[in-house]
Amino acid sequence: MAGLGGGSAAFGRCTHAVVRALPESLCRQALRRAPGPEVDFARAEREHQLYVGVLRGKLGLQVLELPADESLPDCAFVEDAAVVCEETALVTRPGAPSRRKEVEAMKRVLESLNLNIVEMIDENATLDGGDVLFTGREFFVGLSRRTNQRGAEILADTFKDYAVSTVPVHDALHLKSFCSMAGPNLIAIGSSEAAQKALKTMQQMSDHRYDKLTVPDDAAANCIYLNIPSKGHVLLHRAPEEYPESAKVFEKLKDHMLIPIANTELDKVDGSLTCCSVLINKTSEL
Amino acid sequence: MTTEVGSETEVKKDSEQLGPDKAKDNPEEASETPENQKSRETSSEEAQDSSSVPAPTSQSSPSSQKEEKASPESKGISRFLPPWLKKQKSYTLAEPKDETKKRTTGEQQVVEESECQAPDRVAQPQKSLEEAAAENQHNAKADDKEEKHSVSSAETQPAKEDGKEMEVEKVAKEKEEKQTEKEKRETKEVQTAEIKPESIPQKSPKKIKTVQCKVMLLDGTEYSCDLEKRAKGQVLFDKVCEHLNLLEKDYFGLLFYENSDQKNWLDSSKEIKRQIRSLPWIFTFNVKFYPPDPSQLTEDITRYFLCLQLRQDIASGRLPCSFVTHALLGSYTLQAELGDHDPEEHRSDYISEFQFAPNQTQEMEEKVAELHKTHRGLTPAQADSQFLENAKRLSMYGVDLHHAKDSEGVDIMLGVCANGLLIYKDRLRINRFAWPKILKISYKRSNFYIKVRPAELEQFESTIGFKLPNHRAAKRLWKVCVEHHTFFRLVSPEQPPKAKFLTLGSKFRYSGRTQAQTRQASNLIDRPAPYFERTSSKRVSRSLDGAPMGISDQSLLRDFPATGGQAAGDKIIDIEAAGQAKLREGGREEDGSPVKTPQLELTQDGKDLDKTQDDLLKHQASISELKRNFMESTPEPRPNEWEKRRITPLSLQTQGVCHCRQLSVCVSIQPSEGPCTGVSDADKSSHETLDIVEEKKQAEVGIEETLVVDETNKGKMQVATDAGETCKVEHLSKKDSSSLPSDSSSSSSSSESEDEEVGEYQPHHRGIEEHVETTPEGSKLNVPVEHTQVTAEDFVQENAVTIATEEKNLSEEIKQDLGEEKEEEQLKLNGDVSHVDIDVAPQIICCSEPPVVKTEMVTISDATQRTEISTKEVPIVQTETKTITYESPQFDGSAGGNAGVLLSAQTITSESISTTTTTHITKMVKGGVSETRIEKRIVITGDADIDHDEALAQAIKEAKEQHPDMSVTRVVVHKETELAEEDEE
Repeated sequence: MAGLGGGSAAFGRCTHAVVRALPESLCRQALRRAPGPEVDFARAEREHQLYVGVLRGKLGLQVLELPADESLPDCAFVEDAAVVCEETALVTRPGAPSRRKEVEAMKRVLESLNLNIVEMIDENATLDGGDVLFTGREFFVGLSRRTNQRGAEILADTFKDYAVSTVPVHDALHLKSFCSMAGPNLIAIGSSEAAQKALKTMQQMSDHRYDKLTVPDDAAANCIYLNIPSKGHVLLHRAPEEYPESAKVFEKLKDHMLIPIANTELDKVDGSLTCCSVLINKTSEL
Repeated sequence: MTTEVGSETEVKKDSEQLGPDKAKDNPEEASETPENQKSRETSSEEAQDSSSVPAPTSQSSPSSQKEEKASPESKGISRFLPPWLKKQKSYTLAEPKDETKKRTTGEQQVVEESECQAPDRVAQPQKSLEEAAAENQHNAKADDKEEKHSVSSAETQPAKEDGKEMEVEKVAKEKEEKQTEKEKRETKEVQTAEIKPESIPQKSPKKIKTVQCKVMLLDGTEYSCDLEKRAKGQVLFDKVCEHLNLLEKDYFGLLFYENSDQKNWLDSSKEIKRQIRSLPWIFTFNVKFYPPDPSQLTEDITRYFLCLQLRQDIASGRLPCSFVTHALLGSYTLQAELGDHDPEEHRSDYISEFQFAPNQTQEMEEKVAELHKTHRGLTPAQADSQFLENAKRLSMYGVDLHHAKDSEGVDIMLGVCANGLLIYKDRLRINRFAWPKILKISYKRSNFYIKVRPAELEQFESTIGFKLPNHRAAKRLWKVCVEHHTFFRLVSPEQPPKAKFLTLGSKFRYSGRTQAQTRQASNLIDRPAPYFERTSSKRVSRSLDGAPMGISDQSLLRDFPATGGQAAGDKIIDIEAAGQAKLREGGREEDGSPVKTPQLELTQDGKDLDKTQDDLLKHQASISELKRNFMESTPEPRPNEWEKRRITPLSLQTQGVCHCRQLSVCVSIQPSEGPCTGVSDADKSSHETLDIVEEKKQAEVGIEETLVVDETNKGKMQVATDAGETCKVEHLSKKDSSSLPSDSSSSSSSSESEDEEVGEYQPHHRGIEEHVETTPEGSKLNVPVEHTQVTAEDFVQENAVTIATEEKNLSEEIKQDLGEEKEEEQLKLNGDVSHVDIDVAPQIICCSEPPVVKTEMVTISDATQRTEISTKEVPIVQTETKTITYESPQFDGSAGGNAGVLLSAQTITSESISTTTTTHITKMVKGGVSETRIEKRIVITGDADIDHDEALAQAIKEAKEQHPDMSVTRVVVHKETELAEEDEE
């Protein structure tokens, strides 16, 4: 019973992860902010399998893998479909209409975990999980093209214990396109103007003072922090092959177990590391 | 005469309160005191002499005499006034001589008018004060008082100024708190009655009456005791804490409710009876400052009370939490109150007697029970600690929420907490201002302002305004902010501004111990942990509203020998006694008080630069529109509102209005000075009385060398300061027709009725008024304006709003116009210097003398006018407004051409119409070049049968005659016609 988040000590604790296989339709039909090189599906699958392998094998999480749905090219980006905090899961209403059906499978799997499910039914609300940054103390919700005020309100209603602050997001798909938590009190942040501006906003809005880890590349600022009992601080970050300069910054984190993960293919369709999983900490197995 | 030194302030208060009342009710008394009048005259004369403007001076003296004469007439005339209110035309004549100003003329005129008005506004409050003072003199209560007043008028001494502020604040506060609402609607008689009792104790303080108090405690029990009627809040609070055996009491306070849902904290440093109006004195003992880290509290009993408070907060929904948290906190509650879970004793439904959440479900209770079992072994104190450790992390822990609207009219919530101010929209936090980031907080009418430190790359501070439901709500919020900031951020409380003289605005400061101090004190607590019995939280939790009523099952708390003497003693800060004026150098930051970690400037009425800037912004926006619609929102009407309100000082709104005026004035001043200096003065100046304004001026004066003695001058003075030049403002009030007094009376009466209506519009009016006032400064002010640009947008919006509402306001304005006239007259009369001649001759009221303020305040009450005022009430529903502006091509002062043109355009006919003409002469000296402008405001009130054109022409004619050497450069006609009429009487 960590109670109310259990403080920073419990931040990053995780027992379960929900992921979803890549549909082939992803290559051509996945939403992308800008046209670019085509996704190498085979390579994308390899990278994704590696990703899942780390979660399951290396970190010992119970990974629940949903089957791909060819009609939902973006379905692999499960993060956008649900926000889970402690025992409560908010099933979102993704901002992109083509992705709305992704939540159905997500809802089912979350129900199987006995979480308190809250659904975002309001038709005026949109929220992508990629816009939600939970710091362990509070939520920041990016107001982007995918997430609106109403969506943020519902999130605030769902997680009443926590302050929910809104952060305008410009020039990026999601709030977490350029930031994430890299530790209990550590925010990894990109160097772009948009990223720095958002960070400033978050700092102003918060009663807490976070440390920040600034990396040269926005995309590299999206990493996954986990607190695994047997391993301590674990950080999944983008591989040095992709973002060498940013990788050097991560390598300065001496207390962290660093796991570089390549994400070259999904990156082409705006997929980041956090996008591909929903992390859940089940404290009680019921 | 004063019986006690301490009583002086009270006396003043009384006098202030009485002032307005007396003005209305007791005109005779005022009139009876010839000495006062004489003194006034003398003062005015002096002022005139000092004034560099020769022409006005000559006029001024006669005008004053005339006023005196006229006042009696006014009574008779007032009877006829009601019909006039129906249709009004107000004409404004302004003669700007600068040629370059053609375009700007409109603005300038506005400005000028505003200037003129500003003084008027100022003057009124002073009047009341003066009158009060006069009364005091009559009573021969204290010479000291007089001296003070005089000093205040003089404005010379900063220290004294401070003192003034203090007193004024007190008075204002008291007025507001106690009298305001009731008084608004109540008749004068009632008010006077209230006043008298207050004044009586001073003379014969020996009567001891006791009042029974009931205090609802956190455990649901009720504590009652008898208090001396004049007991201060601290007495009751100490009694309660003693009853509770609570030593760390600084986190707590006593609440009382007005209007059932508006909770107010009992101010320990003030008499209870001055704070709570309804007679059953019922309070609730609540946590006032939620300690961010309850584990740092010294005693378990303190944590226990905090737990009780939080359980209430949670069960009532004030402190939202998730299902899981509800269950967890509930389980700790059970552990604390029931001990370990006992399967024998604790059957399935044992929980349902408790309330853990607003919507408690079976599922939740099961969860609570489940968790309860896991707490086995925790002592009650440990369970409480665990409870607090979890509760303190809730995002809304210790956040005091206030409803408000942002600059765009969007509903938001302002949350005051230990760390600063949080802004919520719905449940989302949309902004946050930590205390260190806030430079100043202020309120003005129903607006609440925070001045924020510039961001990293920004150069200028920005001011952010919020609109609260009403003035009282704004003040409440302001006070809560002051208290929270002081408690959590300062090492020791700031000493309230010390008032030797009447001051505007609230002097309110947090008088208790700060968290730092209470922690220190707590470290000294040396007693065995007191025994206390934990009550069953069901009782408490069932009462959701924080006032657990009717739960009186057990009084579990037992009285223990009170060890707490120490704590009690320290807390009380005797403001009055303490009150040595601290001179703030440069007159800048009031807060110069001892502990200023973060310098926060707390301003009530926001004379602050912020407001100023805001105002300026608004003004700008409004100005542009004014240009278009030329004077639809004529400056005149605005002053009228103020005047009306001032005339009826009884009502809170009125007071608020007064503040506003003053504020506006101040605003203008500050810009001139520049943000820095202005701020300091402004901060302190939360005025509710004119004096404050003066003080500010004084401070400014000192800086800039400008001297404004007269209350009226303030606005003008400010302008001058902006220019960096000495300005001499002269107030000329003429009343062409004898009927004027009647107008004033009618207006005043109307004001009362209007007050409530006005309340809604006040902000708008303000804006307009402010616009007007600030505008004059505009060019000079530019710098500040730029600074505030950020905020400007918001203001602009507000401006738009104001415009929209203008029509509505018009009716008010009309009334106000009348009121203005009256006020002007009154002001002048009361106003230290000059008497306004009703008949013909204009008086020049003020004289500004550059460096030194010399004027003395003589209080004279125009009994006649005021009395009349009270009698009539005219509500006007709708009005049509037309504004016509005539401008003369010529800029130069030569009167002939321009004036001639204007006159010719209009027919001059009869004299019958009641016309009030007010002339303000502002003389500005810039680098040796002097400008003299005369602004006349002529209000013609009457039914349709009155030929307004004629009246106007007549007025212009008279104006020209009066000032043969000047030309009429501009005529602005503001016509208001009532569409619907309500019963006037």
